Amino acid sequence: MPEKFIYVDHAATTAVTNTALTAMLPHFTQAYGNPSSLYRFAQEGKTHLEQARAQVAACLNAKPEEIYFTSGGTEADNWALRGVAELMALKGKKTGHIITSAIEHHAVLHTAQYLEKQGYEVTYLPVDGDGLVDPAAVEAAIRPDTILISIMAANNEIGTVEPIAEIGAIAKAHKVLFHTDAVQAVGHIPVDVEAWNVDLLSLSGHKFGGPKGIGALYMKKPLRLPALIQGGGQEKGRRSGTENVPGAVGMAAALKEAVDKLPQEAARLSALRDKLMAGLTALPYARSTGHPDKRLPGTASFVFEGVEGEALLLHLDAKGICASSGSACSSASLDPSHVLLAIGLPHAIAHGSLRLSLGPDNTEEEVDYILKEVPAVVAYLREMSPVWDQETQKPTWEL
Amino acid sequence: MLYSDKVMDHFEHPRNVGEIENADGVGQVGNPKCGDIMKMYLKIDGDVITDVKFKTFGCGSAIATSSMATEMIKGKTIGEAMNLTNAAVAEALDGLPAYKMHCSVLAEEAIKAALADYYQKKGEPVPDSLRLPCEEGEHCCASCG
Repeated sequence: MPEKFIYVDHAATTAVTNTALTAMLPHFTQAYGNPSSLYRFAQEGKTHLEQARAQVAACLNAKPEEIYFTSGGTEADNWALRGVAELMALKGKKTGHIITSAIEHHAVLHTAQYLEKQGYEVTYLPVDGDGLVDPAAVEAAIRPDTILISIMAANNEIGTVEPIAEIGAIAKAHKVLFHTDAVQAVGHIPVDVEAWNVDLLSLSGHKFGGPKGIGALYMKKPLRLPALIQGGGQEKGRRSGTENVPGAVGMAAALKEAVDKLPQEAARLSALRDKLMAGLTALPYARSTGHPDKRLPGTASFVFEGVEGEALLLHLDAKGICASSGSACSSASLDPSHVLLAIGLPHAIAHGSLRLSLGPDNTEEEVDYILKEVPAVVAYLREMSPVWDQETQKPTWEL
Repeated sequence: MLYSDKVMDHFEHPRNVGEIENADGVGQVGNPKCGDIMKMYLKIDGDVITDVKFKTFGCGSAIATSSMATEMIKGKTIGEAMNLTNAAVAEALDGLPAYKMHCSVLAEEAIKAALADYYQKKGEPVPDSLRLPCEEGEHCCASCG
């Protein structure tokens, strides 16, 4: 391992905070009772679970009874889409229309595709070059049989923050249910389910300092989706499975901490992010992806022409920098990320993507190190690239 | 780790990177759309490949297979280079993940394309064994469809 260890992949996951860990620990070995049991010993867990629910609700301007704990963001997204479809089916609408965007996380996209196979029609709205969904396009896509609009609050790859309040107002005016996948937003930007007019919102604990394996779905009263997971009837019969008390307690503690610190931390991270963006876009044929200022405080994302993302990541790893890429070769798929293609990048350029997502442990010194190492790796890879002209410092391809 | 130590060694310390001026054979395969392009330069003296250089745009395994393939044909005869298979390159690297095997195909094809160019430059017919599966023009890497 190199001497340095710089973790700039916080959008993938982040460390559990000390506050969250301390809150969780007693629930593993001391207050481990099953909250559904009757004896007093188990009631302590139940009490803490309900406190956690209230804490999470408070951070979203929701009511405690509107929060349902899940195993994470993916389950919450699945539940929102499949639950709405099932709810409508129970009301006699066996098919219907769903509006979503081309840049959603696969937890939403693949669930939408699954519903398409069940006979639902899905509109995948395009985004502009900055990754923004146009609220007017959402409104124009609404049909009499539209059962749900699902638009993410902030994109995981390029960091663009979507106009959720505007879309929420449109959904409300047209009386269409509105879900937002807020996995990247919660704990990082202010989230207010009332101001946003959302009926359903997904969140995930491990994106803001909570543990993995816990998330939540917010359901606005009186909306009640049928259960996705059947069993012992926990979570008022809507989400069975013995309650993950340590997870819920840890997630709630982390979320409260993140929301309490949000204004200062967002300002600190934005300054570091802007320094990264200014420094790396100064390279030739390099640009940032996502919206220039409507973006998550910690997420900087780039494409570098003439280099391939996986090669870039492996060299950065050798220098102690943990980052990620939407390049095809960083995953088992051969296509570059659907998000980068949706913002209009040609395949060849999308292959050269890099995401640096900052978190609580990152310092200005680390940003300076990244600003020294990334250009060096990009230059090295370009030098060995047959599609880069060293003399003119330009790519030789015509796309 | 995704890759074997050998792949990482050839990726981090690639052998024979660069260009050869007045090369006797030059071949380029791949497609920017697929995210992999390999360019191979050969210096040929009589029947022997006396020098070989490459330039590659691509992922870790693309760079490592280019590097390994150049080592495997340097100092060898044209006949030996013609018979180099992608499986042999992958094996020499202690294996590649299944979805990265197309990178080793590119390395084999880059060598074949450079040899074909060598025959064309000499005005000699190109042996059938050097014909690429995707025919002339812009090459399509098999896995990218």
